[in-house]
Amino acid sequence: MKVLIMGCGRVGAQLAGLLDAESYKVTVLDISASSFRRLEPTFGGTALVGNGIDEEMLRRAGIEETDIFVALTQGDNRNVMAAQIAKHIFKVPRVICRIYDPLRQELYDTLGLEAFSPTTIFAQLVKEKIES
Amino acid sequence: MYIIIIGGGRVGYYLGKALLDEGHEILIIEKNAAFCNIITEEMGSVCICGDGCEAATLEEVGTGRADMLVAVTGDDEDNLVACQVAKYKFKVPRTIARIRNPQNEHIFKTLGIDVTVSATNIILEVIEKEVPTHPLTHLLTLSDKDMEIVEVRIPPKAVTIGKSIKDLSIPAGSKLALIIPKDHNPHLPTPRTILREGDQIVVLTTPETEKNLRTALTGI
Repeated sequence: MKVLIMGCGRVGAQLAGLLDAESYKVTVLDISASSFRRLEPTFGGTALVGNGIDEEMLRRAGIEETDIFVALTQGDNRNVMAAQIAKHIFKVPRVICRIYDPLRQELYDTLGLEAFSPTTIFAQLVKEKIES
Repeated sequence: MYIIIIGGGRVGYYLGKALLDEGHEILIIEKNAAFCNIITEEMGSVCICGDGCEAATLEEVGTGRADMLVAVTGDDEDNLVACQVAKYKFKVPRTIARIRNPQNEHIFKTLGIDVTVSATNIILEVIEKEVPTHPLTHLLTLSDKDMEIVEVRIPPKAVTIGKSIKDLSIPAGSKLALIIPKDHNPHLPTPRTILREGDQIVVLTTPETEKNLRTALTGI
């Protein structure tokens, strides 16, 4: 299984490490090379510097052969655009997208994007902790 | 018309001014408070400070009754999302997005944005028109039918000069509409019309067959 992760922040880097350890073929794309310091030294996948909302860059990152695309940059709109390019232009079979803003997450969910909002999930989690 | 403009930078500012002068009701949504103050001082209360991609902000300014939303921030992704939220959540009939990267034009079309405007493409089109050696010029794009109207100029020494139209292999998707000779009156092309140097030929064609059309008419 080939996975392309856009955004090598804390979540992106950790996910890359987890999947790499389970024999997924992982490529991480980030706009800044310094983000790759977050990758574990044992990481065996590919790290590429580039803009994930640039069609040409995505092609170079191998999106045409990718099975799973995950958008995890800091920008909601950037994630939304990249995820839609992956889904509608490159027809990637599985596309997952992080959207912090719960309202925008809801909208794109109804538009068929597999989007999740860490804001909603974490708030719910904390509430459950308090109530338990 | 009620027109909402996302982004109060230079493009949004002058666009807002021009639309106000034309008698439209406008509202500018801008993130930067300093820009908002300048706009409010000069144009009155037509600007609110906020994020134009956020549904809550759009709700607040009555996007549901807007006739058009124009997103002209400096970031393509922000313009895309603002237009999509307006179109799919608030059912705004027309959405227009400014794009910086000309490659994004077809992506935006695929994702449901009605019209995109790219300064890069506009300048390229002007160059095409201004440089007479370029044999094919785009005149008009009929985006809903995926067709375009182009003008092909027959260059000097073209191998097709002196040939009649029926002897050329014009691609199936292209229809010759009009011939404007260098020093005669314009006329409608027939299969027996003979091409002359300097003829301007107006053709209805598709973006895919454009290259074959140019080759058929000019040999280039």
